[in-house]
Parts: sequence; C-alpha cells; structure tokens
Amino acid sequence: MKNSLGRKVPNGYPLFEASNAFEKKKRVLISEVKTKNKDKLVNSYAEVFEKLEIKDGMTLSFHHHLRNGDQVLNACMEEVKRRDLKNLTIAASAIFPNNEILVELIKNKNVTNIYTNYLNGPVAEAISHGELEGMLIMQTHGGRARAIEAGELKIDVAFIATPAATKSGGGSGVDGKNPCGVLGYPIPDMLYAKKKVVVTDSLVDKLTITDIKHEYIDYVLKVDSIGDSKGIVSGTTQVTFDPIGLKIAKDATHLLYELGVIKDGFSMQTGAGGTSLAVASFVREKMIKEKIKGKMASGGITSYFVSMLEEGLIEEIRDVQCFDLEAIRSYKENEKHYLMSASKYANPYDNPVVNDLSFMILGATEIDLDFNVNVTTSSNGVIMGGSGGHSDAAYGAEIALVVAKTMNARIPIIKKAVTTITTPGSDIDCLVTERGIAINPKRKDLLEKLKNSKLKIVSIEELMEETYKFTREPKPLELKSKVVGLVEYRDGTIIDSLYQV
Amino acid sequence: MRRSLLFVPGDNPGMLQSAGVYNADAIIIDLEDSISLSNKDSARILVEEFLKDYKLNKEIIVRVNSFDSPYYKEDLETLVSDNIDTILLPKANLENTVKLDAILSKLESKKNLTKTIKIIPLIEQVSSLLEVEDIALLNRVDGILLGAEDLTTDMGVERTKKGYEIFYPRAKVALACINAGIEAIDTPFTDTRDFIGLEEDCHMAKGLGFKAKSAIHPNHIDIINKVYSPSKEEIVYAIQVLKMAKTSKGAFSINNKMIDKPVIERAKKTIENAKAFGLI
Repeated sequence: MKNSLGRKVPNGYPLFEASNAFEKKKRVLISEVKTKNKDKLVNSYAEVFEKLEIKDGMTLSFHHHLRNGDQVLNACMEEVKRRDLKNLTIAASAIFPNNEILVELIKNKNVTNIYTNYLNGPVAEAISHGELEGMLIMQTHGGRARAIEAGELKIDVAFIATPAATKSGGGSGVDGKNPCGVLGYPIPDMLYAKKKVVVTDSLVDKLTITDIKHEYIDYVLKVDSIGDSKGIVSGTTQVTFDPIGLKIAKDATHLLYELGVIKDGFSMQTGAGGTSLAVASFVREKMIKEKIKGKMASGGITSYFVSMLEEGLIEEIRDVQCFDLEAIRSYKENEKHYLMSASKYANPYDNPVVNDLSFMILGATEIDLDFNVNVTTSSNGVIMGGSGGHSDAAYGAEIALVVAKTMNARIPIIKKAVTTITTPGSDIDCLVTERGIAINPKRKDLLEKLKNSKLKIVSIEELMEETYKFTREPKPLELKSKVVGLVEYRDGTIIDSLYQV
Repeated sequence: MRRSLLFVPGDNPGMLQSAGVYNADAIIIDLEDSISLSNKDSARILVEEFLKDYKLNKEIIVRVNSFDSPYYKEDLETLVSDNIDTILLPKANLENTVKLDAILSKLESKKNLTKTIKIIPLIEQVSSLLEVEDIALLNRVDGILLGAEDLTTDMGVERTKKGYEIFYPRAKVALACINAGIEAIDTPFTDTRDFIGLEEDCHMAKGLGFKAKSAIHPNHIDIINKVYSPSKEEIVYAIQVLKMAKTSKGAFSINNKMIDKPVIERAKKTIENAKAFGLI
C-alpha cells in the first residue's frame, strides 16, 4: 500500500495522510499508573528483574538524557543476556553508539522489536543490515509521548536513569555526581508505564528540583554508576567557525528578520548543531541591535539560550533536554527556566510548545523538490539519525527553516526524491543553503514578503541544478525489498518504510 | 572595482567549488605559497580544469609562482585564458612586471584571447617597495597588493598586529596607486578569529588610501566589505550634497560645514562606489 506521499507501507499499518490529519481524531488517554509500593530500595538489576518478574516478550523503556554516556540501558541488557530473555521490545527515546550491546542481543533474538526516536552507531547499522527479527519503529519525540499516553506503546517496565533520587523515588537531573539537567523525555514513561524503576548512583535526602515524582515509582535501584559524565554533557557545543556554516546562519538570520518573525514577543528553537547555534548567536546580535525582546526559547538548551535569558533578551526557557553544563546550572538556579515533558514539548494533542514557535531551525541529510526532509537515513540508505523533534517542530513552528550545505563532500543534499521521508515537505517553509534560499512555493505569503529582498531567493530546482554542476546527479539508490523499520509520523501513521541495505 | 579579495589554495577542490559563495569581489587562486612543491603540477591541472567547467561570477585572479621559481612559465602557459582576469605576480619588481606584460601579450595573441589580462604586482621586498611609484604606472597594472609578511622579513623587523612597522610601506603603496589611478590592496590580516583586530586593521589602511583588502579566510570578507563600502550615513550625506550642488552656485553649507568642489567630488565617488557594490 502507498501513503499520500507515494511511499510504500506494509499492509496492516496506518497510512500517513497529512500532517494535520490528527485534528480529525480525539486525544486518547489511558490512566496514569501510581504505585502502592512503600519498600522501594533495591540493590541490583537482578533483584529488580526478580521483583518485577521481567520475562520474555515484555517491553522495557529507557530515556536518552545520558546520551552517549548512558550505562543504564547497557546494564539492563547485560541482565537480559544473563537471563537469556527472548522477544523483548526496547522502547528507548534514543539509542547511541555506546549502546552497542544491543547488537548482540538483536542477533540472539533477545531483542526483537525496537521503538526509538533517534538511532545511530552499530545498532543502527545492524538493523539496516536486516538483523532485527521484528520491526524498528522510528517515532518522533511528540509521537512517542502520544503513543504512550494512548496505550499504543505499552510499556511493562520503565527504567528511568536519574542522576539523584530519594529512597521514596523522587528524582532529579541536576543533583548527584552525573547531572544531565532536565528529565523531560521519561515523563510519559513515568506516568503510564505499568512499572517504573528509578536507577540512580546518588541517593540523597533532598532534591533541588523534583522532575520524577515518587508516587509513580515502584523501585529505586542504587548502582555504582549510571553513566560516564564525559558522554553525558560534553560542554563543548560551540558556534561553528566553518565559513559556509556561518554564511548559511547569517543568511538564515537575515531571512527571518526580513520575514518579520524576529520581533518583540517571538519564540524560537534552534537545536545544538554548530550552524543552528550560529543562527542563535546572530539572532541574539540582531535582538541587541534592534532592541527586540523575545518571549521564549525551547527544545534542547545550550549556554547560548541561557545567556539570552540572563541578558533579558528572552523571558523564559522551556527545556526538554540540557545540552551543556550552563544549561544545567540555569535550570537549577533560574525560576524562568522550566522543564517541559516530551508531551508538552511536542505531543500533537497536548497543546504543545512547538505550536508557539515563531521559527524553528532544522537540519537535513537530504531534502527533495517537494521539500520532504530526510534526517533518518544516510544517502546510502543506512539509518543514522531520526526525527527526534524534527517533524513535531516543523509542524508547529510558524516558520520551519532548514539550514543545509548544498553538498556534503561530493554528495548533493537536494534530490529529486529523498531516500526516506522523515518530515513531510508540506511543513517545511524555507531552505537556506550557501548558494541561495528556496522558499516552499506553498508559502506564497513568504514569497510576497521577500519580493524586494536582496537575499538570493531561488527555486529549489535551481539550487539542485546548480549543485549537480559540481556533483552530477547521483545514481538512484538500490535497496533490498525487506522492510527493516517504519518511520512513524507523530500521529501514529506511517510516513515511510526503512529498507535493508 | 574591488573591496575584498579572497585567497583560495589551488589544490583544494572543496575550497575552489565554494569560493564563489562568499561575498568577496575577487578570488585569488593560489599556486604559490599555499601549495607544496609536490602539488605544484596537480594544483595547476586542477585549477585549469575547474576554470574550464565552472564560472564563479567574480574576478578571477591567479597567483602564479614567482619568476625565480621553475614553475611560473608553465603556470602562465596553462592558465592564461579567457577564464581568468588577472595575474597576481609574487615578488614583483619593475623588471619582472615589465617581463610579465610581454609574456601576457604573447600568450593573448597566441591563444586569441578576447580580453586583456591585468596584472596585480605583489610588493613584498624592500627593493620593489622603493620603485613602487614606477611599477604602479606600468601597462596592465590595475592594482598593487602589499605583502606584509615577506616584506617585514626582508626589512628584518617583527610583524605585529598593530602594524606600525608597515605604516610607511602602506602609505607609500597607497600614494603610488592614487597617483596612478589604480587600487591599493592591503595585506591580509592573519589572525583568523580576531574580528575586532581585523576591523581596526581595515580602518587603518583605509585611512591611508587603500581601497581593498585581501583575505586568507572567508570569515573576514563581510567585515572587509563593510569597512571598504560607503556607510549608510555616508551615502545619505552624499545624496544630500549632490542634490544641493545641483541648485547652488559656488560653495554652500550643510550643518554649518562648507561644501566646495572637493567635497562634491568625494560625494560623487561615494555614490559611484555605492552603486558598484549594489548598496543603492
């Protein structure tokens, strides 16, 4: 079967229709699950597995706030391996290269299905090569929250890595020896999973801030270490010095200003990539120069937004994930720096913060002539990312602006058709490259505003042709017919399929 | 008319293909100092093929190897074509600039070129600085680039960020160019991350009469263009001067300042530059 974008979807799965199709349905909410357990403290994964009777076929969930330093998912998988449990489903909000242990478990059929929002490294490569027996479902951050609260993604046990916790199960991401900042992603798991385990390496009597509420937590597992702090917060997220990235960022800022979205009361999200941070930096300069005061910055938070908050350039930060130590400090100290859950961030049915964005800066591995964006697979079809909040913010923001170089080495970014559709082109408004700016023809209002602009506004077709002068047209990718995964749009429909390479 | 000239190494395909995306007025494709001896031939071939296939829509300047190297002849033989506009001659002096003029004449005739290739002598030796007034007046020369790194080495002095040691060389090159009616082009600012220092350096040279500056990093281009372009205020003032000059006989005043012929001429030049740089 084919969906509305012409992408093949295996029988039995709901087909993507349109990014606003969710409006035709009502929000589905299962009941929140609170605990009656009083004696929560346990000392080993084995003990938790015993007490919760974790067995074949169950679904275990994890969050990714510890990023590439996480040891909780890995330690759980060691226990799964020791017990040789089979046919498990892993629902992790993201999977990083350091979660390589999953490869062995996938090959052994211990893990046969995976839900995640972002996936790269050895696990991604193994799945792309057809090793996963069941299905990989690539969700969005908002889509995962929606699926959990609707009971579509049923979680038997949620393991919530928590930098500091009390014996009663309250948890915080800003205290303890391995702080990671706000804990926005595991909130739906905390509310709706059948059983919840806080995993911590710092038991404390009192928390500075309580993100994880004790009444939902069944067990508190004290371990020696939940992760490697170097992999959790690098502290090195920096504005790019790459001249092409800077040119793109400058042009993107000029474009946003000309479109009239950088004005008093505006809200933004930029992500933590070098070019995105450069946009944040240029927007800050513009705000100071033009005496503009913004309302909010949201999403994954870095020191750049923290500075803007402390300088009074924005009123508040809505934070789902801290990217550096400054962001953690700010969340701890500044009452205008708020936690938002994954649901409040991006769930289409939760009046999400993405709907308040004046603009969102997005990346793209590929973008096609219909402005469809791929951030899930590389140009050779191997999984190397995922939506995260891409599709959510693209839908919600007034201006969804993609920043991308026209070519990556000799690979053109603009293609006639992307390998995988992550975000539908109907939600992408502008593409800013070093060789020009393309506006989605559907946004006639934007084109009208730019008709006297000195910016180089061209069609996406022209940008592609200009790039092909250097790269030539790439040969069509030949993928195997076996579907190894599905890209699930935020409303639960399937926007594309992932094929074995 | 130039404000900014960006150096790009001739052996780097990635940098060549992106050279045109910045706001530099001219691209200097380098075959000399940034190219190792083992890459001299491959860089030459790459640049030749690149220029055949791609148009950067900028002035294309090629810095060939110097006349005391074994490479310059082949550089010129291979690359002088309608695909380039100008040769940047390193270690230029009166004698070798005259020689280059003759070589270019022969090559233009031999290859039936449709254009005249210009020369920018690179002044980076004390001896050539002392003859710069004559070099500036030579046939084909339409700009002079000051090369401060080699020049200060030749002078036996330390090269500093403040640039006091090149104050006199800058002034001498600037006056020679003004006298000849050509552009004085300033030496690059070598600290790629010091944008405040870059801007100060631009203002210093502009104040001495330089019209443009070369850059070794694309991130310098916008600042150079800003300093060497007329500002908004200058353009508004020039328009006001020219408007009043049309209706006034003899000298007049604006904001209690007397406006006479030199001010009107400067206003005309400001408007001419603003138009050339697409500012009005």
